[in-house]
Amino acid sequence: MVPLSYYLVLSGILFACGVIGFLIKRNIITIFLSIELMLNGVNLSFVAFAAHWHALAGQVFVFFVMVVAAAEAAVGLAIIIAVYRTRETLNVDRVNLLKL
Amino acid sequence: MLNVHLMLFVAFGAIALAGAINLLAQTHPINSALSLIAVMAALAGEYLLLGAEFVAAVQIIVYAGAVMVLFVFVIMLLNAGVEERTKGSRVAILFGIPGTLLGSVLVAWAVLQHSGTEAVTAGAWGDRVSQLAPQAVPGSPETIGPLLFHEFLLPFEITSNLILIAIMGAVVLASKPPSAPVEPREGN
Repeated sequence: MVPLSYYLVLSGILFACGVIGFLIKRNIITIFLSIELMLNGVNLSFVAFAAHWHALAGQVFVFFVMVVAAAEAAVGLAIIIAVYRTRETLNVDRVNLLKL
Repeated sequence: MLNVHLMLFVAFGAIALAGAINLLAQTHPINSALSLIAVMAALAGEYLLLGAEFVAAVQIIVYAGAVMVLFVFVIMLLNAGVEERTKGSRVAILFGIPGTLLGSVLVAWAVLQHSGTEAVTAGAWGDRVSQLAPQAVPGSPETIGPLLFHEFLLPFEITSNLILIAIMGAVVLASKPPSAPVEPREGN
């Protein structure tokens, strides 16, 4: 059987990979992908805790996290398109005027 | 006796880790997006191991399907090329990677210390699945549905409103401003 802590460690590693990507990546789309990776790591720990405590509410929370992530992806990608239209770049270092 | 659960956990976890590291290593966004799809598929396998069938299906359909198609579509639309390295990212590498590695090692150490590896098994429902029990498995749509539409009805409605507003906001943000002159398109 797989202990709960293994799942938590895997979820923590995935979250850390997301944080690293968020920090080192300069492409705004890849930064967004790193955020999705972090959300996936959190979802894994939600499901692991739900299985451990036999509480189905954890799985419902994963559902809500997915919905919020979808909304975030829709709005964020629209913002990326708007930024690209005005700045002609996807590099976050070039988007430094705090205005579109 | 071979521990099938542990082997499957290690296999799916290895795929997820390889995908996550590949996401960091690749410089082209489309490669990063495809490796993130691999991570999500592997996580769906982990959810199945944990007995969360509905979540696994939603993970594949909504996350690896819809959301990632949106990402890939935007990458194609903007013709995103190889990312260029700048000075700021080196500073982030110098401080970000050691910091996050240290933090994750600390968290892993704390989790393994305090919950212990002899903790209660997490795959109890997986056993029930493997025994082909006739009764409803926790984590199936049969059990998630009533919970979602009775106890969590208000959050469900609020998130449905949220995603409606988000879609409208995406349409407003991504559409061209009305005052902008329409440029003639070359080609077809």
